[in-house]
Amino acid sequence: MNKQFLFVAGFMLAVTVYVSCTKILPKAPADDELLDGPVEGLSPEQHARFIAGDVAFNDEVFTPATGLGPVFVATSCGTCHAGDGKGHPFTMLTRFGQTDATGNQYLNLGGPQLQHRAIPGFEPEQLPAGAAFSKFMPPANTGLGFVEAIPDASILALADENDLNGDGISGRVNWINLPSYVTVPANAVQQQGKYIGRFGKKAAVFNLLQQTANAYNQDMGITSLFEAKDTYSGLEIDPEVSTKTVNDVVFYLQTLKAPIQRNKNDADVLAGNMLFEKIACASCHTPSFTTGASIIASLANKTIFPFSDFLLHDMGTGLDDGYTEGSALTAEWRTPPLWGLGLSRNSQGGQYFLMHDGRAKSIDEAILLHGGEAMQTKQKYLQLTADEKRRLIAFLESL
Amino acid sequence: MKKYILYSAALLLFALSSHAQIDPSLLRRVPKDSSGMQMNLDAVYNRPFLQIGKLPVALGGYAEANYQYLGEDGITEGHQFQMRRLTLFVSSAISKRIKFLTEIEFEDGTKEINIEFASIDIEMSPLLNFRGGVVMNPIGAFNQNHDGPKWEFVDRPVSATQLLPATWSNVGFGIFGKKFTKEWAYAYEVYLTNGFDDQVIANTENKTFLPATKLNKDRFEESFNGSPMVTAKAAVRNRKIGEVGLSYMGGVYNKFEEDGLMLDKKRKLHVVAVDFNTTIPKTNTAVNAEWAWINVDVPSTYTEQFGHKQQGGFIDLVQPVLKKRMFGFEKAVLNVALRLEYVDWNNGRFKSTGGTIADHLFAFVPAVSWRPTAQTVLRLNYRYQLKTDLLGNPPAKLGGIQFGFATYF
Repeated sequence: MNKQFLFVAGFMLAVTVYVSCTKILPKAPADDELLDGPVEGLSPEQHARFIAGDVAFNDEVFTPATGLGPVFVATSCGTCHAGDGKGHPFTMLTRFGQTDATGNQYLNLGGPQLQHRAIPGFEPEQLPAGAAFSKFMPPANTGLGFVEAIPDASILALADENDLNGDGISGRVNWINLPSYVTVPANAVQQQGKYIGRFGKKAAVFNLLQQTANAYNQDMGITSLFEAKDTYSGLEIDPEVSTKTVNDVVFYLQTLKAPIQRNKNDADVLAGNMLFEKIACASCHTPSFTTGASIIASLANKTIFPFSDFLLHDMGTGLDDGYTEGSALTAEWRTPPLWGLGLSRNSQGGQYFLMHDGRAKSIDEAILLHGGEAMQTKQKYLQLTADEKRRLIAFLESL
Repeated sequence: MKKYILYSAALLLFALSSHAQIDPSLLRRVPKDSSGMQMNLDAVYNRPFLQIGKLPVALGGYAEANYQYLGEDGITEGHQFQMRRLTLFVSSAISKRIKFLTEIEFEDGTKEINIEFASIDIEMSPLLNFRGGVVMNPIGAFNQNHDGPKWEFVDRPVSATQLLPATWSNVGFGIFGKKFTKEWAYAYEVYLTNGFDDQVIANTENKTFLPATKLNKDRFEESFNGSPMVTAKAAVRNRKIGEVGLSYMGGVYNKFEEDGLMLDKKRKLHVVAVDFNTTIPKTNTAVNAEWAWINVDVPSTYTEQFGHKQQGGFIDLVQPVLKKRMFGFEKAVLNVALRLEYVDWNNGRFKSTGGTIADHLFAFVPAVSWRPTAQTVLRLNYRYQLKTDLLGNPPAKLGGIQFGFATYF
């Protein structure tokens, strides 16, 4: 009887444990609380590519044996973009050597990027005396494929270089030279052999392949078929990352979902959205775009809400580091997308590091650092009541 | 076809009715050393061995297998069945005071095959024994006393395998000894062995990671840098209080010169560990704890991702709740147990912000185990683990069930 009881009890316990397995696992965070994850509608084959890119981006750590450095900034892509979100000052990039559209004068002294770390036995780069420089916080990766799929014409349509409408906002395009490995899409707009940059703090990067190949090379010291020169010796060396891996990472970046707004029907968020429009934040932080054609069906003809016009704006002397890229002026910065802003703390170690170099520790502080073309909007923000400011920030944190 | 079936049936009948080739009466258990209090130092020989007749060789081993269903942040790899380890021991008493023992381990099927121990011990006196060969560096207690059947948990402690490199063996030589009185036992061990290599700070874990050196299979053939690693341990045991051990392991980990040419300065790492185990007399609760501190000379020009200081440890509490005949097993024991563990892989601050570097893990593992005999354990664990990245972002939450067995044979 005792034995039978124990058998039955054991069996019941086993069944209970088995059935409850799924109940006792830690729950997945809500989809709108995460920046990573693929866009909707990918095919199984595309999911497999996404996973391959995810592994290469987040799990592949370079070592001296696999090509790291010898001078570098970080050991993996994921080091700078935890959870595909914004980075931390620990992996801030330093770019140096260019002050105007004539190009970088310090390429022979390690420019355009400082590799301030080195593998054992090597000395890291030092910032050349007198070189203008700027520090760049790693951006979030989310929604980049949608940004890439925005037609040039849509961005150009927002440009108002000479402020013809008289609103004090004069966004303009950064016309850049393309590296030879970039394939120009058929609908790309060209001006004197230059194309529209849309990625990077200065909008000096054309597409995600250029961004990825450049990051492997300049951030990790990893050469590829696309960027074959070793950042330390300046010599062309064998690829240290395969073309397939680079392409997988590009695909991963292209197919990361766009951030999902949270609490969008909350009264404060709705009120904050109205204030965002009222004080003309949206003049630069354009709420929405519609993407054009894309070979990835999930990205084509979609309405997205990046809250950026992807144009350069003069942000005033306070944010003028004296360094620039492409045809941007030193005080000009690309409008950073605001989507995902409220989740930044989850990738920045629990606090905000906003603006191009992370100098702002809160959204309020970031707004107050706006100058130049954004001065009028900042003045309007300053005139808001404390409650209105709170609502505006609630809206921004919902993005 | 009929013929084939007939032959097969005959063969089967013969097999069933025939006796084993080795007469079981010739197999005998090697008696355990009962000359004094057992300490962690003795773990390597404190295992069940089987001897055949008068052969001077004794055999033993253990196996562990398990099922697990774990998930991290809502994502699971589903139901997993794992053959964690199959370990074979061979020991031989070459003479009364010269012994040889080897331990060969197959991990995860045959994914890893390691000689974990293969040493000759020569006893000059109880206080002075020479040991040479592949030795298990006595850092902490788990590395020496790691056999699966001795533990109530499916996983080895994270601090033992992901902070310290258990199971960690190297080629080398040393001395050890033990002395005991009625109430006290004292033991020491000192070894010089091959040691770590630069994978400590050049690995795909993206952190200072001592276990990465285990990937260097050449360490059984040659030292990575020609500098011996020192491992030393002193332990004391009181019959009523329990055993406390203090151990140190350290040496140069990098290749500082090659072909007589200087490559880097000598970079050292130091590990200090404290371990404690006891059984509380009133409740019969077994307590087993270990904590280690690691200090690594990481180049200042390298990335802060690789920490200079690390620490971590675990405490296991095992409470027998039922000791009686169960299912025909005379001395079966049912235990409840709990493991708490913590590892901090990077105990430092960011140069850029002055903020604390996280990169740590906390886990608690409640367990139920059933021992039909002292040498076999069936264990059911629930694991809940929080792992925080370098920056201190919200932790990855892992949890789930593990069920498995481990047994000596």
